[in-house]
Amino acid sequence: MSGPQAEGKGGGMPPEMPPETTPGNGRELSRRDFLRRAAGASAIALTGVGLAAALLDTSGPPASDVGTSAKGLGDFSLAELRGKPGRMAIVRGLADPKAATPDRRAMLERALAALGGLGAFIKPGDRVLLKVNAAFATSPALGATTHPDLVAAVADLCLKAGAASVALTDNPIHSPESCFALTGIAEAAARSGAKVILPSENLFAPVSVPASGAVGGRLIRDWPALAGAFKGVTKLIALSPVKDHHRAGASMTLKNFYGFLGGRRNVFHQDINGIIAELALLVRPTLCVLDGVSVMLTNGPTGGSLSDLKAMHVLAVTTDPVAADAFGMELLGRALTEAPYIRLAETAGAGSADYTSLTPQFLDLGA
Amino acid sequence: MRLVLNIVAARRLSQVFFVLLTLWLCAVATLGASFWRLSGWPVNFILQLSPLTALGTLLTTHTWYAPLLWAVPVVLLTAFLGRVFCGFACPLGALNQAVGWLARRVTVNFPGSRGAALRARLADNRHSPWQAAKYYLLAFLLAAACFGSLQTGLFDPLPLLFRSLNMTIAPVLDAGFQALFLKPRHYASAWLLFAVFAAVLGLNMLRPRFFCRYLCPLGALFGFLNRFAPWRMGKTDDSAHGECGNCTLCDTSCEGACRPSGVLVASECLMCMNCLDACPKGRMTFAGRASAGGEEHLPEPSRRGFLFAAAAGALSAPLWTIGGLAGQDAGTGRNPLLIRPPGALDEARFLARCLRCGQCMRVCPTNVIQPALSEAGLQGLWTPVLNYRLGSSGCQVQCVACGNVCPTAAIRPLTLDEKLGQGKFAAKGPVRLGTAFFDRSRCLPWALERPCLVCQELCPVSPKAIHTRTSFEPIRFGLASLVGVEGRRLSLSGLPKPTVNLGSGDYYLRPAGLVSMNSPEAGLKRINAAVWAEAGQGFTLDAEPDPRQGWKLAPGADVEVLVRLQKPYLDAARCIGCGVCEHECPIAGLRGIRVSFENESRSGPGRMLV
Repeated sequence: MSGPQAEGKGGGMPPEMPPETTPGNGRELSRRDFLRRAAGASAIALTGVGLAAALLDTSGPPASDVGTSAKGLGDFSLAELRGKPGRMAIVRGLADPKAATPDRRAMLERALAALGGLGAFIKPGDRVLLKVNAAFATSPALGATTHPDLVAAVADLCLKAGAASVALTDNPIHSPESCFALTGIAEAAARSGAKVILPSENLFAPVSVPASGAVGGRLIRDWPALAGAFKGVTKLIALSPVKDHHRAGASMTLKNFYGFLGGRRNVFHQDINGIIAELALLVRPTLCVLDGVSVMLTNGPTGGSLSDLKAMHVLAVTTDPVAADAFGMELLGRALTEAPYIRLAETAGAGSADYTSLTPQFLDLGA
Repeated sequence: MRLVLNIVAARRLSQVFFVLLTLWLCAVATLGASFWRLSGWPVNFILQLSPLTALGTLLTTHTWYAPLLWAVPVVLLTAFLGRVFCGFACPLGALNQAVGWLARRVTVNFPGSRGAALRARLADNRHSPWQAAKYYLLAFLLAAACFGSLQTGLFDPLPLLFRSLNMTIAPVLDAGFQALFLKPRHYASAWLLFAVFAAVLGLNMLRPRFFCRYLCPLGALFGFLNRFAPWRMGKTDDSAHGECGNCTLCDTSCEGACRPSGVLVASECLMCMNCLDACPKGRMTFAGRASAGGEEHLPEPSRRGFLFAAAAGALSAPLWTIGGLAGQDAGTGRNPLLIRPPGALDEARFLARCLRCGQCMRVCPTNVIQPALSEAGLQGLWTPVLNYRLGSSGCQVQCVACGNVCPTAAIRPLTLDEKLGQGKFAAKGPVRLGTAFFDRSRCLPWALERPCLVCQELCPVSPKAIHTRTSFEPIRFGLASLVGVEGRRLSLSGLPKPTVNLGSGDYYLRPAGLVSMNSPEAGLKRINAAVWAEAGQGFTLDAEPDPRQGWKLAPGADVEVLVRLQKPYLDAARCIGCGVCEHECPIAGLRGIRVSFENESRSGPGRMLV
């Protein structure tokens, strides 16, 4: 026995019985105690053997656990249009862009009316996701993000067409809450009854883009994308401003899909055209609205000054994202070759780089 | 039924209220408009109650900053009623008390008599001369403050609690729910912050309210402030109550260890009111007279101890400067990564005000404001620094949240106009946090000959501080010979399997060896599509090769592949140091563009550019 008890009791004396915490402790071993202890020891031993046998891994860990991703984010294009030329309407808002404030809603309604109304695309019960460009926490006046008036108009028209729900999302550069708040998009959503889906971590899941022609199968492989925002979604509408972009040539509809990616997505800038072409395959929208009311001609895609913008008062609505961007290049006054991803996306089968092949309807709101 | 609220129950209710209020104010310090976001809540209210913060900044700045006026009612309350703040309001005190109670509650359930537990408690709550330690600490801190170094926030329980909750507990608890933050929050050296917090709480196992009794400089300040309190605890020996039987039950439950049964140490009484409840004869009173058992004020006062502590504090401030641990001026020995939030005062005035409460780090929407571990020297431990590698983005241009929550204006509350240099601040220009520098040995276009340009894309100023110059450079193993030409389509041979996407639009073809003095772009044709096969390579160009531009179209002619590089340059006069470029640089480890403090606005003239 150790020190204190032996000393305290002056040797020889049996120590006071400690409270029983383990069976048989401090007493002569009885048969009953022996059996209880043997059973306890066996249970521990068996648990060890059982765990080892049940979870035995003879091969060790693989180099990585990739290759189980979903293929893209989905095809939301209209079934009756697949394999056929898309549909397109282009509205000019005012003869003199400087004369009055633009009415995006009127322009949108005019374009949609020419295409048979939004009801031709959104059916009652549809769950609509709007992909806005909310990349930067800046004022809508600076034109770096989707204009809140357009968001409100589209969301409102979708709900009027019978959509069960309208949500909007983006994974922006700046802090998401600030982006949606400062761009006025959150307020527009609240006003029109759309829900803002903030890109929280748990909405991202790895996806891959299968190869199609020379595009795909290369960059977006097991890459985190905003898949959670697509839960239950039946229609996708992209709302994109027309902006200058030094590296890519321009940022419009397809570049807007960059906002579906998570992770350290900036590594893809090494192959900017390759990645944007893959984005055209990552997800196929039902409808694209390209907002050329106020076009960012310089210092894009952030802008930052009113002098970077030019009032053009043009709005295009189309089912073909590639055609939308091809038309956008015309608004920017740039050759199609300055944004090589447009042709790449066409070769991958994502749409037509010749928007005139869609026989677009040219409409004039001012007339 | 009559509801009787005795004073101990009232004290407990009050403590629960203040703890919940603290948790609520921590939770709502997130930018946003809904009621559970930062929409008008007084998130600094608890912090502003501290007279130690008010006194510390008074000594360093010689002013009483208006938002700290909340400390005045606390001073008044303490002067007349004693340390009611400690007993009824201090949220850290309440947590300490709860942990101490839990730790001892367990021992009561252990075998042995109730008597043994009471004896153990009596020993726990015996007055100790070591309770003087906090007064020495206070003397040290106030002396340092007299010389311009505000260190009170390191030990003041209110900043200590806020930074612990906001930077260690909240991010860990929220990681699963994502109710407060969209992305899990990261705080550099959170482990150390938590270790301190865990130690403060854990010490309650040694003695109840250990921190409050031995370490808390705010408690020590209250101990001075209640020197002349007319009302205080004490026992009565009078004809009505009879003589005290010295059962020491009052001592047994005394949280402050202020010896209510004997000579009361008045400065130590935390106003827990337990003695009122514990006395079986109701002899304990809160009254306008001294205790019948006698009364002294401070525990074992030692003038030498005070002098020593004050001298050490007074010396610490200049020693920090001499030791170069916190360079006052941007020229000498300052850590290049010491980048302060927008609106931060110059370093000396900043350190005279910063409490390290962490409110700026909590509210920052991009999580880029981090507690300094070594960046600001020992003197600047846990002061806010911007770390552009952490967080979800750089310093957001259109955000002034940090300065608007700073309780002491160490970070001035800027308006957007002032931050961006607009309106009446146009002449002054935007607030600069530092300057970005390219590391050409790591930048993709500069070092690895790969196109990139993320930094230029995201530079938020107009015109952008990052601009480019385009060059075309031959790629490695890019030589091939022409096999055949068919309009814009070329067949080549000899090109090894490429490691880059030659058909991406970033690559060009040109006759080999073609050098033109007049136009570096002569003869260049963009490759629109490329097919590689062992047998031969097919290229589609964006235009037909033109013999007038030096193309030889006969089979066997040599051609070379070039990459078009937009190489980034920095216009330092336009850079505001927001760090979005550094944050977004795809070189994940040591970034290809990095911001350091040079040219920051707060350093004043001579900061870098002339």
